[in-house]
Amino acid sequence: MNAVLIFISAAVINNFVLAYFLGICPFLGVSKKVETSINMGLATTFVMTLTAVITWLINEYILIKFNLPFLQYVTFIIAIASLVQLVEMFIRKSSPSLYRSLGIFLPLITTNCAILGLALFMALREYTFIETVAFGVGGGIGFTIAMVLMGGIREELEYADIPPALKGAPMTLLVAGMLALAFMGFAGMLSV
Amino acid sequence: MAANKKSLSAEFVKGLWVENPILKLLLGMCPALAVSNSATNGLAMGLATAFVLVASNALVSLVRRLVPAQVRIPTYIMIIAGFVTLADLFLQAQLPVISKALGPYVALIVCNCVILGRSEFFASKHSLLPSIADGFGMGMGFTIVLLVLGSIREVLGSGAIFGYVFMGEEVFVPWVVMVLPAGAFLTLGLLMGILNYITRPKGDSA
Repeated sequence: MNAVLIFISAAVINNFVLAYFLGICPFLGVSKKVETSINMGLATTFVMTLTAVITWLINEYILIKFNLPFLQYVTFIIAIASLVQLVEMFIRKSSPSLYRSLGIFLPLITTNCAILGLALFMALREYTFIETVAFGVGGGIGFTIAMVLMGGIREELEYADIPPALKGAPMTLLVAGMLALAFMGFAGMLSV
Repeated sequence: MAANKKSLSAEFVKGLWVENPILKLLLGMCPALAVSNSATNGLAMGLATAFVLVASNALVSLVRRLVPAQVRIPTYIMIIAGFVTLADLFLQAQLPVISKALGPYVALIVCNCVILGRSEFFASKHSLLPSIADGFGMGMGFTIVLLVLGSIREVLGSGAIFGYVFMGEEVFVPWVVMVLPAGAFLTLGLLMGILNYITRPKGDSA
């Protein structure tokens, strides 16, 4: 039950992008079109889930066991970087069409702070294995939702009459602010 | 030597405005938005980031000839993660209150693209002194934006600055939204818009 709550909370209430400010760079950078947003969102969800599993194992069976929590940042970031590399090689071999559609987004995921944030929050809150997986999948889906919403709004914005000073990044930030306001409406849904 | 000195100060100044990491390069947005809910937090985060920037820029520039090109990115990330751990442990030991307020966002300095960006584009190609100047300038530019953002949000969101309440409930009803996530996006968006308007090319009617 707890895992279900964590999943819903990570997906909408405490949305990674709109409530924790994690993964803002891809959120602002590659959300110009709905299609690229979906691809980026799915790739990130995939890596997030794997990261959640791997970093949980590392944290539980290596870092805590040998009393090395100060190495957390270094090991987590290396685990994430090598994981992304591995996923990239695997997808390129097994599914060239998927690899082409993800394109340059895959390597970019390494520097997505949502991934490292996920690993750190998971360690900080001492989730169990199942909870960690729910957190990873939920966080990824929340990220995808935010990306797709943003992509859709920005496609429409192309045709809007925006003051020149606000064009580009400022307008995107204002839209993100309104999205964050809207997502605050989920806050009363359940308490975790 | 004079030319060298001039370029050092130029490397420093460009980070403040022309290549300001947040306002112009749009790098390092996550910490900028996440911890700028008060002036103190913004300042602490900015200084921590500036320290990591200077230290990692210096070290990257020192080892730039020893590191093979293929493994340079992982090496830089390792260096950055090391200094972030240092900064985090220092904050935990010396300033536990601030360390608590910043929470896991201190660790997320590792993912701050400003730092990796400067290592990759500047420090790996320049010698020690320009790299330090560049890191210091970028760090200060980052800190100033965070401080301004944090001050605006604290004043409007809780009628206080650096935790000192100067507008009580009776004269000013705080805009709670400013300290919430939505306020961060809106403030930074408006701030950028205003700066774009002020600095627009002459004759361009905005």
